[in-house]
Amino acid sequence: MVSRRSVPVRKLSLDKRLKTFEEVVLGYTESEALEEAKRCLKCKLEPCSKACPLNIDIAKFVEYIKERRFKKALEVILEKNPFPAITGRVCPQEVLCQRDCTLRKLGDPLAIGKLERFLGDYQIENNIMDLKVPEKVKGKVAIVGSGPAGLMGAVELRKLGYEVTIFEALHEAGGVMVYGIPEFRLPRRVLRFYINYVKKLGVNIVLDSVIGKIFTIEELLRDYDAVLLATGAGTPKFLNIPGEELNGVYSANEFLIRINLMKAYKFPYYDTPIKLGKRIAVVGGGNTAMDVSRIALRLGVEEVIVLYRRTEAEMPARREEVENAKEEGVKFMLLTQPIALIGDENGWVRKVKCIKMKLGKPDASGRRRPIPIPGSEFDVEVDNVVIAIGAEVNKLIQRTTPDLKVDRKGHVIVDEYGRTSIERVYAAGDVVTGAATVIEALAAAKKVAHTIHRDLHGGD
Amino acid sequence: MFKILSNHIIAPEIRKIEIYAPEIAKRAKAGQFVVIRVDERGERIPLTLVDWNPNKGSITLVFQEVGVTTKKLGRVKKGKYILDVIGPLGNPTEVKNYGTIVGVGGGVGNACLLPVMREFKRAGNYTVSMIGARTSELLILEDELSEVSDELYIATDDGSRGYKGFVTDLLKRFLERRRPDLVYAVGPTIMMKVVSSITKPYGVKTIVSLNPIMVDGTGMCGACRVIVGGKLRFACIDGPEFDGHQVNFDALMNRLRMYKEEEELALSLLEKSIKR
Repeated sequence: MVSRRSVPVRKLSLDKRLKTFEEVVLGYTESEALEEAKRCLKCKLEPCSKACPLNIDIAKFVEYIKERRFKKALEVILEKNPFPAITGRVCPQEVLCQRDCTLRKLGDPLAIGKLERFLGDYQIENNIMDLKVPEKVKGKVAIVGSGPAGLMGAVELRKLGYEVTIFEALHEAGGVMVYGIPEFRLPRRVLRFYINYVKKLGVNIVLDSVIGKIFTIEELLRDYDAVLLATGAGTPKFLNIPGEELNGVYSANEFLIRINLMKAYKFPYYDTPIKLGKRIAVVGGGNTAMDVSRIALRLGVEEVIVLYRRTEAEMPARREEVENAKEEGVKFMLLTQPIALIGDENGWVRKVKCIKMKLGKPDASGRRRPIPIPGSEFDVEVDNVVIAIGAEVNKLIQRTTPDLKVDRKGHVIVDEYGRTSIERVYAAGDVVTGAATVIEALAAAKKVAHTIHRDLHGGD
Repeated sequence: MFKILSNHIIAPEIRKIEIYAPEIAKRAKAGQFVVIRVDERGERIPLTLVDWNPNKGSITLVFQEVGVTTKKLGRVKKGKYILDVIGPLGNPTEVKNYGTIVGVGGGVGNACLLPVMREFKRAGNYTVSMIGARTSELLILEDELSEVSDELYIATDDGSRGYKGFVTDLLKRFLERRRPDLVYAVGPTIMMKVVSSITKPYGVKTIVSLNPIMVDGTGMCGACRVIVGGKLRFACIDGPEFDGHQVNFDALMNRLRMYKEEEELALSLLEKSIKR
């Protein structure tokens, strides 16, 4: 008889969590992985693989886990996904592979994500790297951005026989995985393993290079056979309410960059500061809002309040992350919309003026639209506000590339194969779709890598 | 890694540094800046490009040693390296023939004025430069600015050189008699604010080059947001130059003060470690 419940995953104890940036979810041990793998029903229809953007043969790798053939299991994943220790941690499996798992009819779905992560960690522990690349060089491709889409495009193109150079604007590679996602969700050793892997494959990563400024797309096209834009969605949105210029107010991006990239939590040992008081309001209900909130607690902020304009059911954050945030003590003020930030005589934010909302009919996103309740204004006293209401695409390249067709929001317009309006220029990931998930960016970049191969060499 | 080609003191606590950055040198334009990071634990800070030499592959920066990063940068000797130089960032100055242009510089801003006035001159403008400093020994790049200016006026707070008073007084007196087609100001925020308030009643188009706190310098963090015409703009990608009559200078000055205590703490720690 199959157990209705998944093998629970161990987590770092609460008191330890709040003092460090160590990873919270500890992952399965070998015996836990074995026990969980046994739950798989091996359905013929494979609803899990079908829902996986990379079509990983899930039933197959789970079967190998059952047989304790972990290397074989890992190889099954690596055929489709070079970064299992990343996706095993940050994929929203509950809405992808685990969503249609037959076991859900009984209880918990198979913990596919945890099993994938188990194999990813196995890979890192045993330093397993698939470094096979064709000897003959088929051409040269420039990739702009070293986030999920850029790294995936690089691996795929390298394996197809291309020389690949990635241009990264920041001083470290990894994109959102280095500046955005905190270490307690994605330890830097995991990211470093894969960056190192990409370099070992022969990919040249050039840091400190802002494309659109140091080289234009036109210039890249002179030196490369194709250009893949994988610049992501890295520009923060603001609320456009009074007071956002006040001191003490951060965009989530600035907050995360200061912490994750610049290590402001080690100030003054590191030179970049961050200035937080006792009480902080985080505006937004996505994963980023949860990340910011949980970091703030680790930095000693006494009270962290998430202000979200709908209810918990509509929050875009992963369930798991909301639970982690709650466990750690993050408070939630739901159906609450900030309408102004109010500062003191020193220009420091002290209050968030809010209005209560109620839910109306569903809007374009399918979620019920929040409607302000007249006369329900109230103030929340704060020492900081972090605005985590999403990110837009950075328009740096678009501005210096007039022929590149973009939509009203600046997203690069591509055909179904990832071709932009400029010949030999392709795009994948958030720069096309707007802010989305790591796995979607990986899937898109993989597809576009094959388009590039087809266009340059007929795909042979 | 970027090699330091030269590093000189040109006035008390003001340094001129040349860095080997050939790709930036090839593409730099007047009005743009770079972001630098000295070492692994370093902060990213923006510095205006003062000069560049594509043949030599070098860029030139001028900075005052006021904070941890500039002190660290000042201590990197010729032949040594700094970790990161990112650029050229920001939008270049819109250079065309406006007619008569008054360039107003203050302090280290005088160095930033140089490439802009050079380009304005090259585009056929009649160039008037007004530079100010606290005292004569802090006046920098006077000869270079003189070369690209049809007229050059100097003001020092203590009267040790040129007019005794603020450079903005010179501008005020100039506008009482003559009407330039453009005023360009770069320097301390308070100076740019005063310049903008002086030119406004005359309706003279005024461009200011802002220098707010930045982190990435590429539009990712929004630390450099300023209110221009009532709207939030990012100085790094929308600027750094804006219409001075539209800029909310008070908000900008407030934001520049945000980390004053942290800056002082970090600086005192650095100075202690240097002494040791």
